[in-house]
Amino acid sequence: MIPLLSVRDLRVGFGRDPQANEVVRGVSFDLADGETLAIVGESGSGKSVTALSINRLIDFGGGRITGGAMKLKRADGGIFDLMTATEPQLTGIRGAEIGMIFQEPMTSLNPVLTIGTQIEESFRLHRGLTGRQATAAAKDALDRVRIPDAARRLKYTPNQLSGGMLQRVMIAIALACNPRLLIADEPTTALDVTVQAQIMALLAELKRETRMSMIFITHDIGLVAGIADKVMVMQSGKAVEQGELNQILDNPQHPYTQHLLHAVPHFANGRATRVDGQRDKGASTEPALKVDGLVVRFPLKSSFFSRATGAVHAVDGVDFDLMPGETLAIVGESGSGKSTTARAVLGLVRSTRGSFTVGARKASAAQSALPVQMVFQNPYASLNPRLTIESILAEPVIATGGRVDAGTRARMASLLERVGLPRNSLERYPHEFSGGQRQRLCIARALMLNPSVVVLDEAVSALDVSVQAKVLELLVDLQREFGLAYLFISHDMAVVERIAHRIAVIYAGQIVEIGDATSVLAKPKHSYTKKLIAAVPTIDRRHEHFELDTRQVPSLVRPQGFEPDAARWEQFGSDHMARVEG
Amino acid sequence: MNYLMRRLTAFPLVLLGVSILVFVAIRMVPGDSITAMLGTEAGLLTPAQRDSLAAYFGIDQPWFVQYWRWIGGILHGNLGISVTYGRPVLDVILEHFPLTLELAVLSMIIALIVGLPAGIFAATHNEKPSDLGVRIVAMVGQSTPSFVLGLLIIYTLSAGFGVLPAMGEFAPLWQDPLRNLSQLILPAITLGFAFAASVTRISRSAMLDVLSDDYVRTARSKGASARSVIWRHALPNALIPVVTLSGIEFGYLLGGAVIVEQIYALPGLGRMVLDAIQQRDYALVQGSVLFIALNFMIVNLLVDLAYVALDPRIRLGEQ
Repeated sequence: MIPLLSVRDLRVGFGRDPQANEVVRGVSFDLADGETLAIVGESGSGKSVTALSINRLIDFGGGRITGGAMKLKRADGGIFDLMTATEPQLTGIRGAEIGMIFQEPMTSLNPVLTIGTQIEESFRLHRGLTGRQATAAAKDALDRVRIPDAARRLKYTPNQLSGGMLQRVMIAIALACNPRLLIADEPTTALDVTVQAQIMALLAELKRETRMSMIFITHDIGLVAGIADKVMVMQSGKAVEQGELNQILDNPQHPYTQHLLHAVPHFANGRATRVDGQRDKGASTEPALKVDGLVVRFPLKSSFFSRATGAVHAVDGVDFDLMPGETLAIVGESGSGKSTTARAVLGLVRSTRGSFTVGARKASAAQSALPVQMVFQNPYASLNPRLTIESILAEPVIATGGRVDAGTRARMASLLERVGLPRNSLERYPHEFSGGQRQRLCIARALMLNPSVVVLDEAVSALDVSVQAKVLELLVDLQREFGLAYLFISHDMAVVERIAHRIAVIYAGQIVEIGDATSVLAKPKHSYTKKLIAAVPTIDRRHEHFELDTRQVPSLVRPQGFEPDAARWEQFGSDHMARVEG
Repeated sequence: MNYLMRRLTAFPLVLLGVSILVFVAIRMVPGDSITAMLGTEAGLLTPAQRDSLAAYFGIDQPWFVQYWRWIGGILHGNLGISVTYGRPVLDVILEHFPLTLELAVLSMIIALIVGLPAGIFAATHNEKPSDLGVRIVAMVGQSTPSFVLGLLIIYTLSAGFGVLPAMGEFAPLWQDPLRNLSQLILPAITLGFAFAASVTRISRSAMLDVLSDDYVRTARSKGASARSVIWRHALPNALIPVVTLSGIEFGYLLGGAVIVEQIYALPGLGRMVLDAIQQRDYALVQGSVLFIALNFMIVNLLVDLAYVALDPRIRLGEQ
């Protein structure tokens, strides 16, 4: 039996001397008809480069295939040599026999063409359809990826659709001509967890319908369980282990695979929550932070001169308190208002209503001297590349009117040591540090003023899984040592499970469920919390069938003067309550 | 169209500002139209003669009275009388404008026909010798002053081929198109060369940006040919900066090209304004500056409308 795709000792390099700068260093695998191979690895492991080499798109990305063999079995049974093929031959293969979908649906579609035109193009190129026939075929393609109201949506341009919808359009384009191989390069990484579940369900369903083969590239070993037949683990350009799904997940041989499986936080339905520092109801400690009735609205105006006609209710009545030494995780999807809540606490956005109490002090919003500090998501973008680490760490002190003296310098040195960075870091610049080290620097900067509350806005989301685990450990240690209260904003339930004492689930600007982490994760009460938890991929759910759900998140735009109904809460146990659903 | 209306209502406000600026600025230049007209003989005038001439030109009044009179006239469609030409200002402007407009349009056509393909070619041959060649020519084109290029063209043609550029009385397009084109083609090439060089450079860099975008990779993954990727997927996205640049350059050209007009002895708007300033022909200077400002605003508006046509993400006037 000849495999559909056979790759032998593939080598790919970049730059002027590709042989010397190899990113893929001898990868071999076979893919049979109808089979799904998952390629798993961290950033820089060469997994995406491998994928782009198969349809030779790597030629356009500055890469050069320096060695090996790649053969594709064509629909008519002939063998196509992907290594020696000319560019015109390859354009006949791309889209027709090999489809591909990418990580960023928002940027992967041409912004100036309607999605109809972009789907029709595939039919024009490979099926010779034109005019009305092509339009009809495009509508069928959209129906196939379960986009409601397909005929009308054909006339939309990409900016009018959400990320999840756009990824469906991408899938429609990739599958338009029924390719026998689909390459999916991190297709859900940029999407929310519930949307990710939708896309995974769709891919699994389409795979059953069309019996196509798939190469699924991901950094998330949890996703692999739901879809793959075989797994290949890559590290530094080499396949360190490959085999059947169950064998890799249950009995990994290579230390790196074991490390990946161990390092990745797997969601365990509340069984892996922290046991230290549980909230003690009896104690009468002052909360480190108390937020009452926080409302953030962004008025909508049709023009500069006219009055506001409505408002985006980004945060609509949020209350919570945070004890010293406690972590409250705010979970929700993009657009739910979780980051706006964090920013309002810091005064980075102006709150429309609501009050904050920090320690014993009643604080007005936008008061920058609050003992609240923040760590941002992207460590590459949140450190000024032109400042030395010393200047970066001095910044909060200067900003609050302090002086950089011997005491400050001593604190810098001790904090650097505490977050695990070498002492000589002070004279260096941010680019000399890796992503994980930069996030440690951001943490050190946040601690310079000895805050009582630290807001961590997706602080570990941009980090590779093994680095993520170490930074989480550091955060827990620092919390114990300094009695810090964390407001931990995240979309990743598995990470939240590791660090949170309490969890608040936020949906459409409102908290729908809040309480003790174990209780919320193990026995979710609100339908949205249940949906979120059900969408989390885990290695325990192999070949699981996800229900397709095309509901959209409700619009947050409200007419002028609109006030939401007062929330009614139902209590479950001592520290767990959920909003009553109407 | 709501957007268009709001833009148009802003026009009078901008013109009002321009009118005050030019009115004050021209009066800050020492000397007046009487001195400019009569030269040293102005010294021979008796104070009474001088006063009566000043009253005749209306420059005996305080500046705000003069300004008020001028604005009042404009509202009635009367830009005043040019002292040097002895005719209504609007007539004088409209007489010189067709040449300037034609020259600007011709230069832009040359710039786009040459510059756009050259830029695309350079971008698709990035870092190859052919790309380097295009970049060098473009650099030379941008840095060569127009008088050097204009003189070089005239010299080469006359000394090398014995051909002289068609000089003499300017023939408007509608009277003698052939003669008109033969008069304008060399000036248009002179202006178009530098314009084309800028278009080449900006379209090259815009194309290079766009060609590394994700959707171009998507188009390739669909099996689109190299030509389709460039013309259908990349070019429409790369056009926005080209349109911006072309609009600005075209707007400048509508204000007249003094040097090129001088070299080729063309009666365009640029030379007319220069003469008017030297003659302290207040009415003509003010009128033509307003006219040029209005042209610039119309070109800018057209550029903005072109953005909307090119890119559906830009929805003007909406939030």
